[in-house]
Amino acid sequence: MNNGSPIIRVRGLQKTYHTSDVPVQALRGVDLDVAKGEFLAVVGPSGSGKSTLFHILGGLAAPTDGEVWIDGEDLRRMSDAERTEMRQRKVGFVFQKYNLLPTLTAKDNIAIAQSLAGKTTQPAGFERILEELGIAHRLTHRPRALSGGEQQRVAIARALVNEPAILLADEPTGNLDTANSEAVLEILRRLNKSIGQTILMITHNPEAAAYADRTVTMRDGRLS
Amino acid sequence: MINKLVLENLRHRWIRTLLSALVIGVQVMSILTLIGLSQGLLQESASRQKGTGADIFLKPENGGATISFSAGQTPEAFAPFVARQPHVAQVLPVFSTSVALLTTMSGVDIEGLNKMSGGLHLLEGHLPSSPNEILVDQYYAKQNNLHVGDQIRLLNRPWRVAGVMEGGVLGRIIAPLRSVQAAMASLDPPKVTQILVKLDDPQRTDQEVATLNKVLNGNLRAISMQEILSQFSINNLPELKVFIRVITGLAILVGFLVVFLSMYTAVVERTREIGILKALGAKPRTIIDLLVREALVLSLIGWVIGVVLAIAAKSAITALRPASLHIVNVPAWWPIAAVIAIVGALLGAFYPGMKAARQDAIEALSFE
Repeated sequence: MNNGSPIIRVRGLQKTYHTSDVPVQALRGVDLDVAKGEFLAVVGPSGSGKSTLFHILGGLAAPTDGEVWIDGEDLRRMSDAERTEMRQRKVGFVFQKYNLLPTLTAKDNIAIAQSLAGKTTQPAGFERILEELGIAHRLTHRPRALSGGEQQRVAIARALVNEPAILLADEPTGNLDTANSEAVLEILRRLNKSIGQTILMITHNPEAAAYADRTVTMRDGRLS
Repeated sequence: MINKLVLENLRHRWIRTLLSALVIGVQVMSILTLIGLSQGLLQESASRQKGTGADIFLKPENGGATISFSAGQTPEAFAPFVARQPHVAQVLPVFSTSVALLTTMSGVDIEGLNKMSGGLHLLEGHLPSSPNEILVDQYYAKQNNLHVGDQIRLLNRPWRVAGVMEGGVLGRIIAPLRSVQAAMASLDPPKVTQILVKLDDPQRTDQEVATLNKVLNGNLRAISMQEILSQFSINNLPELKVFIRVITGLAILVGFLVVFLSMYTAVVERTREIGILKALGAKPRTIIDLLVREALVLSLIGWVIGVVLAIAAKSAITALRPASLHIVNVPAWWPIAAVIAIVGALLGAFYPGMKAARQDAIEALSFE
Protein backbone atom coordinates (compact mmCIF):
# COMPACT_ATOMS: atom_id res chain seq x y z
CA MET A 1 0.00 0.00 0.00
CA ASN A 2 1.39 3.41 -0.94
CA ASN A 3 1.21 6.52 1.24
CA GLY A 4 -1.80 7.79 -0.61
CA SER A 5 -3.94 4.77 0.31
CA PRO A 6 -6.11 4.96 3.41
CA ILE A 7 -4.66 3.30 6.52
CA ILE A 8 -8.16 2.05 7.37
CA ARG A 9 -10.35 0.91 4.49
CA VAL A 10 -13.78 -0.57 5.14
CA ARG A 11 -16.20 -1.70 2.44
CA GLY A 12 -19.65 -3.18 2.98
CA LEU A 13 -18.86 -4.21 6.55
CA GLN A 14 -21.56 -6.23 8.22
CA LYS A 15 -21.71 -7.77 11.64
CA THR A 16 -24.52 -9.95 12.91
CA TYR A 17 -24.64 -11.29 16.46
CA HIS A 18 -26.34 -14.60 17.14
CA THR A 19 -26.54 -14.41 20.90
CA SER A 20 -30.30 -15.12 21.05
CA ASP A 21 -32.94 -16.74 18.83
CA VAL A 22 -33.20 -13.52 16.86
CA PRO A 23 -30.02 -12.47 15.04
CA VAL A 24 -29.00 -8.89 15.76
CA GLN A 25 -27.51 -6.97 12.85
CA ALA A 26 -25.16 -4.45 14.47
CA LEU A 27 -23.47 -3.25 11.26
CA ARG A 28 -25.42 -3.13 8.01
CA GLY A 29 -22.85 -2.25 5.39
CA VAL A 30 -20.31 0.28 6.59
CA ASP A 31 -17.97 2.02 4.13
CA LEU A 32 -15.14 4.07 5.58
CA ASP A 33 -11.71 5.37 4.62
CA VAL A 34 -9.30 6.88 7.14
CA ALA A 35 -6.13 8.46 5.82
CA LYS A 36 -2.80 7.99 7.52
CA GLY A 37 -2.31 10.76 10.11
CA GLU A 38 -6.00 11.60 10.23
CA PHE A 39 -7.94 12.20 13.47
CA LEU A 40 -11.45 10.87 12.89
CA ALA A 41 -14.37 10.98 15.29
CA VAL A 42 -17.23 8.51 14.95
CA VAL A 43 -20.32 9.83 16.69
CA GLY A 44 -23.74 8.36 17.13
CA PRO A 45 -26.31 7.37 19.72
CA SER A 46 -26.11 4.27 21.90
CA GLY A 47 -26.81 1.09 19.92
CA SER A 48 -25.85 2.66 16.62
CA GLY A 49 -22.98 0.18 16.11
CA LYS A 50 -20.03 2.44 17.09
CA SER A 51 -18.57 -0.03 19.56
CA THR A 52 -19.01 -2.94 17.15
CA LEU A 53 -17.05 -0.98 14.53
CA PHE A 54 -14.40 -0.23 17.18
CA HIS A 55 -14.09 -3.90 18.09
CA ILE A 56 -13.79 -5.04 14.48
CA LEU A 57 -11.23 -2.37 13.54
CA GLY A 58 -9.25 -3.33 16.65
CA GLY A 59 -9.27 -7.00 15.73
CA LEU A 60 -11.26 -7.95 18.82
CA ALA A 61 -14.16 -9.30 16.76
CA ALA A 62 -14.37 -10.82 13.30
CA PRO A 63 -16.56 -9.24 10.62
CA THR A 64 -19.55 -11.23 9.33
CA ASP A 65 -19.15 -9.85 5.82
CA GLY A 66 -17.39 -7.08 3.95
CA GLU A 67 -13.80 -5.91 3.62
CA VAL A 68 -11.65 -4.42 6.38
CA TRP A 69 -8.07 -3.40 5.63
CA ILE A 70 -5.80 -2.07 8.36
CA ASP A 71 -2.43 -0.74 7.20
CA GLY A 72 -2.56 -3.00 4.17
CA GLU A 73 -3.70 -6.15 5.98
CA ASP A 74 -7.04 -7.81 5.26
CA LEU A 75 -8.78 -8.55 8.56
CA ARG A 76 -11.38 -10.78 7.00
CA ARG A 77 -8.76 -13.32 6.01
CA MET A 78 -7.17 -13.36 9.45
CA SER A 79 -7.48 -16.17 11.98
CA ASP A 80 -7.95 -15.38 15.67
CA ALA A 81 -4.21 -15.84 16.22
CA GLU A 82 -3.38 -13.46 13.37
CA ARG A 83 -5.78 -10.84 14.72
CA THR A 84 -4.07 -11.20 18.11
CA GLU A 85 -0.72 -10.51 16.49
CA MET A 86 -2.19 -7.56 14.63
CA ARG A 87 -3.36 -6.06 17.94
CA GLN A 88 0.20 -6.27 19.23
CA ARG A 89 1.72 -4.51 16.23
CA LYS A 90 -0.81 -2.22 14.61
CA VAL A 91 -3.45 -1.17 17.13
CA GLY A 92 -3.34 0.87 20.31
CA PHE A 93 -6.47 0.95 22.46
CA VAL A 94 -7.76 3.66 24.77
CA PHE A 95 -10.89 2.64 26.66
CA GLN A 96 -13.51 4.63 28.52
CA LYS A 97 -12.66 2.84 31.79
CA TYR A 98 -8.88 3.13 31.27
CA ASN A 99 -8.46 -0.64 31.69
CA LEU A 100 -5.10 -0.54 33.42
CA LEU A 101 -3.94 -3.64 35.26
CA PRO A 102 -4.50 -2.76 38.94
CA THR A 103 -1.58 -4.77 40.31
CA LEU A 104 1.05 -3.09 38.13
CA THR A 105 2.53 0.39 38.33
CA ALA A 106 1.92 2.86 35.51
CA LYS A 107 5.40 2.11 34.17
CA ASP A 108 4.75 -1.65 34.21
CA ASN A 109 1.34 -1.21 32.59
CA ILE A 110 3.18 0.39 29.68
CA ALA A 111 5.94 -2.21 29.79
CA ILE A 112 3.54 -5.18 29.65
CA ALA A 113 2.12 -3.95 26.34
CA GLN A 114 5.68 -3.84 25.03
CA SER A 115 6.44 -7.25 26.45
CA LEU A 116 3.38 -8.83 24.84
CA ALA A 117 4.50 -7.38 21.50
CA GLY A 118 7.96 -8.88 22.03
CA LYS A 119 9.67 -5.51 22.24
CA THR A 120 12.29 -4.65 24.79
CA THR A 121 13.09 -1.01 24.13
CA GLN A 122 10.82 1.99 24.04
CA PRO A 123 10.64 3.87 20.73
CA ALA A 124 12.76 6.95 20.21
CA GLY A 125 11.05 10.05 21.55
CA PHE A 126 8.81 8.08 23.93
CA GLU A 127 10.27 9.93 26.91
CA ARG A 128 9.11 13.15 25.28
CA ILE A 129 5.63 11.68 24.81
CA LEU A 130 5.52 10.79 28.52
CA GLU A 131 6.51 14.39 29.34
CA GLU A 132 3.85 15.65 26.98
CA LEU A 133 1.28 13.40 28.67
CA GLY A 134 2.39 14.82 32.03
CA ILE A 135 2.83 11.41 33.68
CA ALA A 136 6.63 11.06 33.72
CA HIS A 137 6.68 11.73 37.47
CA ARG A 138 3.76 9.37 38.22
CA LEU A 139 5.10 6.22 36.61
CA THR A 140 5.89 4.37 39.84
CA HIS A 141 2.32 4.63 41.08
CA ARG A 142 -0.35 1.98 40.78
CA PRO A 143 -3.66 2.92 39.08
CA ARG A 144 -5.54 3.31 42.36
CA ALA A 145 -3.10 6.08 43.35
CA LEU A 146 -3.74 7.99 40.11
CA SER A 147 -6.60 10.31 39.21
CA GLY A 148 -8.93 9.36 36.36
CA GLY A 149 -7.17 11.83 34.07
CA GLU A 150 -3.77 10.42 34.96
CA GLN A 151 -4.98 6.86 34.42
CA GLN A 152 -6.30 7.77 30.99
CA ARG A 153 -2.98 9.41 30.10
CA VAL A 154 -1.14 6.26 31.20
CA ALA A 155 -3.54 4.28 28.99
CA ILE A 156 -2.67 6.59 26.06
CA ALA A 157 1.05 6.03 26.71
CA ARG A 158 0.43 2.28 26.78
CA ALA A 159 -1.45 2.51 23.49
CA LEU A 160 1.43 4.37 21.84
CA VAL A 161 4.41 2.43 23.15
CA ASN A 162 4.40 -0.08 20.31
CA GLU A 163 4.08 2.68 17.66
CA PRO A 164 0.72 1.42 16.36
CA ALA A 165 -0.55 2.23 12.90
CA ILE A 166 -3.86 3.33 14.42
CA LEU A 167 -4.94 4.45 17.86
CA LEU A 168 -8.52 3.47 18.65
CA ALA A 169 -10.19 5.41 21.45
CA ASP A 170 -13.60 4.33 22.74
CA GLU A 171 -15.29 7.18 24.65
CA PRO A 172 -11.91 8.22 26.11
CA THR A 173 -13.47 11.04 28.12
CA GLY A 174 -16.59 9.17 29.20
CA ASN A 175 -15.40 8.79 32.79
CA LEU A 176 -13.66 12.13 33.14
CA ASP A 177 -14.70 15.55 34.40
CA THR A 178 -14.70 18.49 32.04
CA ALA A 179 -11.18 19.69 32.80
CA ASN A 180 -9.64 16.23 32.46
CA SER A 181 -11.75 15.55 29.33
CA GLU A 182 -10.39 18.67 27.68
CA ALA A 183 -6.85 17.78 28.73
CA VAL A 184 -7.10 14.26 27.28
CA LEU A 185 -8.68 15.45 24.03
CA GLU A 186 -6.03 18.14 23.72
CA ILE A 187 -3.35 15.49 24.21
CA LEU A 188 -4.89 13.31 21.48
CA ARG A 189 -4.98 16.24 19.11
CA ARG A 190 -1.37 17.21 19.92
CA LEU A 191 -0.19 13.62 19.39
CA ASN A 192 -2.03 13.55 16.08
CA LYS A 193 -0.32 16.74 14.97
CA SER A 194 3.14 16.22 16.48
CA ILE A 195 3.83 12.57 15.63
CA GLY A 196 1.18 12.11 12.92
CA GLN A 197 -0.61 9.41 14.88
CA THR A 198 -3.75 8.16 13.13
CA ILE A 199 -6.61 8.26 15.63
CA LEU A 200 -10.14 6.94 15.38
CA MET A 201 -12.22 8.07 18.32
CA ILE A 202 -15.67 6.77 19.18
CA THR A 203 -17.77 9.27 21.10
CA HIS A 204 -21.35 10.32 21.57
CA ASN A 205 -20.24 13.79 22.64
CA PRO A 206 -20.19 16.40 19.85
CA GLU A 207 -17.82 18.61 21.87
CA ALA A 208 -15.29 15.80 22.02
CA ALA A 209 -15.77 15.11 18.32
CA ALA A 210 -14.93 18.72 17.57
CA TYR A 211 -11.28 17.99 18.41
CA ALA A 212 -11.06 15.64 15.42
CA ASP A 213 -10.19 16.60 11.84
CA ARG A 214 -13.34 14.92 10.57
CA THR A 215 -16.49 13.51 12.06
CA VAL A 216 -18.71 10.76 10.71
CA THR A 217 -22.04 9.80 12.20
CA MET A 218 -23.25 6.32 12.77
CA ARG A 219 -26.90 5.41 12.93
CA ASP A 220 -28.62 2.03 12.80
CA GLY A 221 -25.43 0.25 11.81
CA ARG A 222 -24.56 2.55 8.95
CA LEU A 223 -22.38 5.63 8.51
CA SER A 224 -24.00 8.78 7.22
CA MET B 1 7.38 -8.82 32.66
CA ILE B 2 5.00 -11.79 32.87
CA ASN B 3 6.88 -12.97 35.95
CA LYS B 4 6.45 -9.55 37.51
CA LEU B 5 2.71 -9.65 36.77
CA VAL B 6 2.53 -13.12 38.35
CA LEU B 7 4.28 -11.97 41.52
CA GLU B 8 2.28 -8.74 41.73
CA ASN B 9 -0.98 -10.68 41.32
CA LEU B 10 0.01 -13.04 44.13
CA ARG B 11 1.17 -10.14 46.31
CA HIS B 12 -1.97 -8.11 45.60
CA ARG B 13 -4.20 -10.94 46.86
CA TRP B 14 -1.81 -12.01 49.60
CA ILE B 15 -4.37 -13.51 51.98
CA ARG B 16 -5.60 -15.91 49.32
CA THR B 17 -2.02 -16.61 48.27
CA LEU B 18 -1.01 -17.35 51.84
CA LEU B 19 -4.04 -19.53 52.58
CA SER B 20 -3.63 -21.52 49.36
CA ALA B 21 0.09 -21.98 49.99
CA LEU B 22 -0.63 -22.95 53.59
CA VAL B 23 -3.03 -25.72 52.56
CA ILE B 24 -0.46 -27.01 50.04
CA GLY B 25 2.13 -26.73 52.82
CA VAL B 26 0.03 -28.83 55.17
CA GLN B 27 -0.16 -31.52 52.50
CA VAL B 28 3.60 -31.40 51.97
CA MET B 29 4.06 -31.59 55.74
CA SER B 30 1.72 -34.61 55.92
CA ILE B 31 3.80 -36.47 53.35
CA LEU B 32 7.14 -35.57 54.92
CA THR B 33 5.90 -36.36 58.43
CA LEU B 34 4.46 -39.68 57.34
CA ILE B 35 7.68 -40.66 55.59
CA GLY B 36 9.75 -39.31 58.50
CA LEU B 37 7.70 -41.35 60.96
CA SER B 38 7.87 -44.49 58.82
CA GLN B 39 11.61 -44.24 58.34
CA GLY B 40 12.18 -43.15 61.94
CA LEU B 41 10.21 -46.03 63.39
CA LEU B 42 11.89 -48.53 61.07
CA GLN B 43 15.37 -47.17 61.71
CA GLU B 44 14.75 -47.14 65.44
CA SER B 45 13.39 -50.69 65.40
CA ALA B 46 16.38 -51.82 63.34
CA SER B 47 18.74 -50.10 65.72
CA ARG B 48 17.10 -51.82 68.73
CA GLN B 49 17.47 -55.21 67.04
CA LYS B 50 21.10 -54.43 66.32
CA GLY B 51 21.58 -53.28 69.91
CA THR B 52 20.84 -56.78 71.23
CA GLY B 53 24.19 -57.98 69.88
CA ALA B 54 22.56 -61.08 68.36
CA ASP B 55 23.88 -62.53 65.10
CA ILE B 56 20.83 -64.65 64.26
CA PHE B 57 17.10 -64.38 65.08
CA LEU B 58 14.89 -67.43 65.29
CA LYS B 59 11.26 -66.67 64.62
CA PRO B 60 8.21 -68.90 64.32
CA GLU B 61 7.36 -69.81 60.73
CA ASN B 62 3.75 -68.80 61.36
CA GLY B 63 4.81 -65.36 62.53
CA GLY B 64 3.99 -63.86 59.17
CA ALA B 65 6.32 -61.24 57.79
CA THR B 66 9.75 -60.77 59.28
CA ILE B 67 8.57 -57.44 60.65
CA SER B 68 5.29 -57.88 62.39
CA PHE B 69 3.58 -56.16 65.27
CA SER B 70 1.79 -59.40 66.17
CA ALA B 71 4.48 -62.04 66.44
CA GLY B 72 3.61 -65.69 66.62
CA GLN B 73 4.68 -67.86 69.54
CA THR B 74 6.95 -70.88 69.71
CA PRO B 75 7.94 -73.25 72.55
CA GLU B 76 10.85 -72.03 74.63
CA ALA B 77 12.11 -75.60 74.60
CA PHE B 78 13.82 -74.88 71.27
CA ALA B 79 16.28 -72.60 73.10
CA PRO B 80 18.33 -75.33 74.86
CA PHE B 81 18.29 -77.38 71.63
CA VAL B 82 19.75 -74.44 69.68
CA ALA B 83 22.24 -73.73 72.45
CA ARG B 84 23.72 -77.19 71.92
CA GLN B 85 24.46 -76.53 68.25
CA PRO B 86 28.08 -75.98 67.18
CA HIS B 87 29.32 -72.36 67.10
CA VAL B 88 26.36 -71.12 69.16
CA ALA B 89 27.83 -69.07 72.01
CA GLN B 90 24.61 -67.83 73.62
CA VAL B 91 20.86 -68.10 73.15
CA LEU B 92 18.30 -65.70 74.54
CA PRO B 93 14.59 -66.50 74.42
CA VAL B 94 12.45 -63.36 74.21
CA PHE B 95 8.73 -62.79 74.68
CA SER B 96 7.71 -59.45 73.16
CA THR B 97 4.24 -58.04 73.36
CA SER B 98 2.65 -54.75 72.55
CA VAL B 99 1.65 -52.58 75.51
CA ALA B 100 0.64 -49.53 73.50
CA LEU B 101 0.54 -48.54 69.88
CA LEU B 102 4.09 -49.04 68.57
CA THR B 103 5.45 -49.71 72.08
CA THR B 104 6.54 -53.23 73.03
CA MET B 105 7.48 -54.83 76.29
CA SER B 106 10.07 -57.60 76.09
CA GLY B 107 10.47 -60.40 78.58
CA VAL B 108 14.00 -61.73 78.61
CA ASP B 109 16.70 -63.06 80.90
CA ILE B 110 18.03 -59.60 81.73
CA GLU B 111 21.48 -60.79 82.80
CA GLY B 112 21.69 -62.70 79.53
CA LEU B 113 20.68 -59.59 77.53
CA ASN B 114 23.25 -57.59 79.47
CA LYS B 115 25.90 -60.07 78.37
CA MET B 116 24.78 -60.47 74.73
CA SER B 117 24.43 -56.72 74.11
CA GLY B 118 27.84 -55.95 75.53
CA GLY B 119 26.37 -54.29 78.60
CA LEU B 120 23.15 -52.37 79.13
CA HIS B 121 23.94 -48.72 79.81
CA LEU B 122 21.94 -47.65 82.84
CA LEU B 123 21.24 -43.96 83.25
CA GLU B 124 19.48 -44.43 86.58
CA GLY B 125 18.95 -47.32 89.02
CA HIS B 126 19.99 -50.95 88.65
CA LEU B 127 19.08 -54.12 86.76
CA PRO B 128 15.81 -55.73 87.92
CA SER B 129 16.36 -58.08 90.80
CA SER B 130 12.80 -59.24 91.47
CA PRO B 131 10.05 -60.61 89.17
CA ASN B 132 7.98 -57.42 89.19
CA GLU B 133 10.83 -55.05 88.35
CA ILE B 134 11.40 -53.61 84.91
CA LEU B 135 13.87 -51.50 82.96
CA VAL B 136 12.56 -48.68 80.76
CA ASP B 137 14.52 -46.78 78.17
CA GLN B 138 15.14 -43.05 78.41
CA TYR B 139 12.46 -42.21 75.78
CA TYR B 140 9.73 -44.18 77.50
CA ALA B 141 10.80 -42.72 80.87
CA LYS B 142 10.67 -39.19 79.48
CA GLN B 143 7.33 -39.63 77.73
CA ASN B 144 5.73 -41.16 80.83
CA ASN B 145 7.70 -39.11 83.37
CA LEU B 146 9.04 -42.27 85.04
CA HIS B 147 11.90 -42.52 87.52
CA VAL B 148 13.49 -45.32 89.50
CA GLY B 149 11.08 -46.59 92.14
CA ASP B 150 7.93 -45.47 90.29
CA GLN B 151 5.07 -47.91 89.85
CA ILE B 152 3.48 -48.51 86.47
CA ARG B 153 0.64 -50.80 85.44
CA LEU B 154 1.26 -52.85 82.31
CA LEU B 155 -0.32 -56.12 81.11
CA ASN B 156 -2.85 -55.77 83.92
CA ARG B 157 -0.30 -55.96 86.70
CA PRO B 158 1.84 -53.48 88.63
CA TRP B 159 5.55 -53.13 87.91
CA ARG B 160 8.27 -51.19 89.66
CA VAL B 161 10.86 -49.28 87.62
CA ALA B 162 14.26 -50.63 88.69
CA GLY B 163 16.32 -48.66 86.22
CA VAL B 164 16.31 -46.33 83.24
CA MET B 165 18.58 -47.47 80.42
CA GLU B 166 19.88 -45.83 77.30
CA GLY B 167 17.58 -46.65 74.37
CA GLY B 168 18.52 -48.89 71.50
CA VAL B 169 18.41 -52.41 72.96
CA LEU B 170 15.52 -54.78 72.17
CA GLY B 171 12.49 -52.83 73.48
CA ARG B 172 11.31 -49.77 75.35
CA ILE B 173 10.46 -51.89 78.37
CA ILE B 174 12.47 -54.91 79.51
CA ALA B 175 11.10 -57.28 82.14
CA PRO B 176 12.04 -60.74 83.42
CA LEU B 177 11.01 -63.39 80.89
CA ARG B 178 8.97 -65.50 83.31
CA SER B 179 6.98 -62.49 84.53
CA VAL B 180 5.95 -61.50 81.00
CA GLN B 181 5.13 -65.11 80.09
CA ALA B 182 2.98 -65.36 83.21
CA ALA B 183 1.20 -62.10 82.43
CA MET B 184 0.51 -63.35 78.92
CA ALA B 185 -0.59 -66.82 80.07
CA SER B 186 2.25 -68.36 78.07
CA LEU B 187 4.02 -70.12 80.87
CA ASP B 188 2.58 -73.62 80.66
CA PRO B 189 4.39 -74.70 78.55
CA PRO B 190 6.62 -71.60 78.33
CA LYS B 191 6.46 -69.90 74.98
CA VAL B 192 8.49 -67.16 73.36
CA THR B 193 8.14 -64.91 70.32
CA GLN B 194 11.75 -65.15 69.18
CA ILE B 195 15.10 -66.57 70.16
CA LEU B 196 18.25 -64.49 69.83
CA VAL B 197 21.43 -66.34 68.95
CA LYS B 198 25.01 -65.17 69.36
CA LEU B 199 27.73 -67.10 67.55
CA ASP B 200 31.28 -67.68 68.63
CA ASP B 201 32.33 -66.30 65.26
CA PRO B 202 30.03 -63.72 63.59
CA GLN B 203 31.81 -64.38 60.25
CA ARG B 204 30.03 -67.76 60.18
CA THR B 205 26.56 -66.19 60.31
CA ASP B 206 25.41 -67.18 56.80
CA GLN B 207 26.63 -70.76 57.23
CA GLU B 208 25.00 -71.09 60.64
CA VAL B 209 21.71 -69.63 59.37
CA ALA B 210 21.69 -72.41 56.79
CA THR B 211 22.63 -75.03 59.35
CA LEU B 212 20.00 -73.90 61.87
CA ASN B 213 17.28 -73.80 59.23
CA LYS B 214 18.21 -77.36 58.38
CA VAL B 215 18.21 -78.72 61.93
CA LEU B 216 15.10 -76.79 62.95
CA ASN B 217 13.32 -78.47 60.09
CA GLY B 218 10.76 -75.73 59.50
CA ASN B 219 9.75 -75.28 63.14
CA LEU B 220 11.59 -71.97 63.36
CA ARG B 221 13.12 -69.76 60.73
CA ALA B 222 16.67 -68.50 61.21
CA ILE B 223 17.30 -64.98 59.94
CA SER B 224 20.62 -63.18 60.02
CA MET B 225 20.95 -59.76 61.60
CA GLN B 226 21.90 -58.38 58.18
CA GLU B 227 18.68 -59.68 56.66
CA ILE B 228 16.63 -58.35 59.57
CA LEU B 229 18.17 -54.89 59.13
CA SER B 230 17.57 -54.94 55.37
CA GLN B 231 13.92 -55.79 56.05
CA PHE B 232 13.49 -52.57 58.01
CA SER B 233 12.85 -50.51 54.90
CA ILE B 234 9.70 -49.01 53.43
CA ASN B 235 10.32 -50.99 50.26
CA ASN B 236 9.96 -54.26 52.17
CA LEU B 237 6.62 -53.32 53.68
CA PRO B 238 3.96 -53.52 50.97
CA GLU B 239 1.19 -52.29 53.28
CA LEU B 240 3.23 -49.23 54.23
CA LYS B 241 4.02 -48.55 50.59
CA VAL B 242 0.32 -48.65 49.74
CA PHE B 243 -0.44 -46.35 52.67
CA ILE B 244 2.21 -43.86 51.50
CA ARG B 245 0.81 -43.99 47.97
CA VAL B 246 -2.69 -43.28 49.27
CA ILE B 247 -1.44 -40.31 51.29
CA THR B 248 0.55 -39.05 48.29
CA GLY B 249 -2.51 -39.40 46.07
CA LEU B 250 -4.60 -37.50 48.60
CA ALA B 251 -1.94 -34.79 48.73
CA ILE B 252 -2.05 -34.41 44.95
CA LEU B 253 -5.86 -34.34 45.06
CA VAL B 254 -5.97 -31.70 47.79
CA GLY B 255 -3.26 -29.65 46.04
CA PHE B 256 -5.26 -29.91 42.84
CA LEU B 257 -8.50 -28.84 44.54
CA VAL B 258 -6.91 -25.93 46.39
CA VAL B 259 -5.15 -24.55 43.34
CA PHE B 260 -8.19 -25.24 41.17
CA LEU B 261 -10.41 -23.26 43.53
CA SER B 262 -7.85 -20.50 43.93
CA MET B 263 -7.17 -20.18 40.21
CA TYR B 264 -10.82 -20.54 39.25
CA THR B 265 -11.87 -17.71 41.54
CA ALA B 266 -8.84 -15.72 40.33
CA VAL B 267 -9.96 -16.17 36.73
CA VAL B 268 -13.52 -15.05 37.53
CA GLU B 269 -12.27 -12.16 39.65
CA ARG B 270 -9.76 -11.08 37.03
CA THR B 271 -12.01 -11.49 34.00
CA ARG B 272 -11.54 -7.84 33.08
CA GLU B 273 -7.76 -8.04 33.50
CA ILE B 274 -7.66 -11.06 31.23
CA GLY B 275 -9.70 -9.06 28.72
CA ILE B 276 -7.18 -6.21 28.93
CA LEU B 277 -4.29 -8.59 28.31
CA LYS B 278 -6.10 -10.08 25.34
CA ALA B 279 -6.83 -6.62 23.92
CA LEU B 280 -3.12 -5.85 24.25
CA GLY B 281 -2.33 -8.91 22.17
CA ALA B 282 -1.84 -11.67 24.74
CA LYS B 283 -2.14 -15.06 23.06
CA PRO B 284 -4.21 -17.83 24.72
CA ARG B 285 -1.02 -19.63 25.67
CA THR B 286 0.25 -16.47 27.36
CA ILE B 287 -2.88 -16.39 29.55
CA ILE B 288 -2.47 -20.09 30.41
CA ASP B 289 1.23 -19.49 31.04
CA LEU B 290 0.35 -16.68 33.45
CA LEU B 291 -1.95 -18.89 35.53
CA VAL B 292 0.38 -21.87 35.40
CA ARG B 293 3.24 -19.71 36.69
CA GLU B 294 1.01 -18.44 39.49
CA ALA B 295 0.15 -22.02 40.42
CA LEU B 296 3.82 -22.95 40.26
CA VAL B 297 4.80 -20.13 42.61
CA LEU B 298 1.91 -21.07 44.94
CA SER B 299 3.08 -24.66 45.05
CA LEU B 300 6.70 -23.65 45.67
CA ILE B 301 5.69 -21.32 48.52
CA GLY B 302 3.49 -24.15 49.82
CA TRP B 303 6.42 -26.55 49.55
CA VAL B 304 8.70 -24.25 51.58
CA ILE B 305 5.96 -23.85 54.21
CA GLY B 306 5.48 -27.64 54.19
CA VAL B 307 9.19 -28.37 54.74
CA VAL B 308 9.32 -25.85 57.61
CA LEU B 309 6.15 -27.33 59.13
CA ALA B 310 7.55 -30.85 58.77
CA ILE B 311 10.73 -29.86 60.62
CA ALA B 312 8.59 -28.20 63.31
CA ALA B 313 6.35 -31.29 63.50
CA LYS B 314 9.42 -33.48 63.94
CA SER B 315 10.58 -31.34 66.85
CA ALA B 316 7.11 -31.36 68.41
CA ILE B 317 6.68 -35.14 68.04
CA THR B 318 10.17 -35.80 69.40
CA ALA B 319 9.45 -33.58 72.40
CA LEU B 320 5.96 -34.89 73.14
CA ARG B 321 6.14 -38.57 72.13
CA PRO B 322 9.80 -39.60 72.24
CA ALA B 323 9.00 -43.24 72.99
CA SER B 324 5.99 -44.09 70.87
CA LEU B 325 6.84 -42.04 67.79
CA HIS B 326 10.36 -41.91 66.48
CA ILE B 327 10.63 -39.49 63.58
CA VAL B 328 13.50 -38.36 61.38
CA ASN B 329 13.91 -35.52 58.90
CA VAL B 330 13.81 -36.86 55.35
CA PRO B 331 15.63 -34.35 53.09
CA ALA B 332 15.74 -36.99 50.33
CA TRP B 333 11.95 -36.68 50.13
CA TRP B 334 11.91 -32.87 49.91
CA PRO B 335 12.31 -32.82 46.10
CA ILE B 336 9.70 -35.62 45.79
CA ALA B 337 7.27 -33.58 47.92
CA ALA B 338 8.02 -30.58 45.69
CA VAL B 339 7.15 -32.60 42.60
CA ILE B 340 3.91 -33.80 44.25
CA ALA B 341 2.97 -30.21 45.18
CA ILE B 342 3.80 -28.96 41.68
CA VAL B 343 1.89 -31.75 39.92
CA GLY B 344 -1.22 -31.06 42.06
CA ALA B 345 -0.93 -27.33 41.39
CA LEU B 346 -0.41 -27.67 37.66
CA LEU B 347 -3.40 -30.00 37.37
CA GLY B 348 -5.42 -27.46 39.36
CA ALA B 349 -4.35 -24.57 37.14
CA PHE B 350 -5.10 -26.33 33.87
CA TYR B 351 -8.88 -25.95 33.63
CA PRO B 352 -9.02 -22.36 34.95
CA GLY B 353 -6.19 -21.54 32.53
CA MET B 354 -8.13 -23.00 29.61
CA LYS B 355 -11.26 -21.16 30.69
CA ALA B 356 -9.34 -17.88 30.86
CA ALA B 357 -7.66 -18.49 27.51
CA ARG B 358 -11.03 -19.14 25.85
CA GLN B 359 -12.63 -16.04 27.33
CA ASP B 360 -13.99 -13.59 24.77
CA ALA B 361 -11.98 -10.36 25.01
CA ILE B 362 -14.98 -8.07 24.41
CA GLU B 363 -17.14 -9.78 27.03
CA ALA B 364 -14.22 -9.81 29.44
CA LEU B 365 -13.63 -6.09 28.97
CA SER B 366 -17.26 -5.33 29.78
CA PHE B 367 -17.14 -7.48 32.95
CA GLU B 368 -17.93 -5.46 36.08
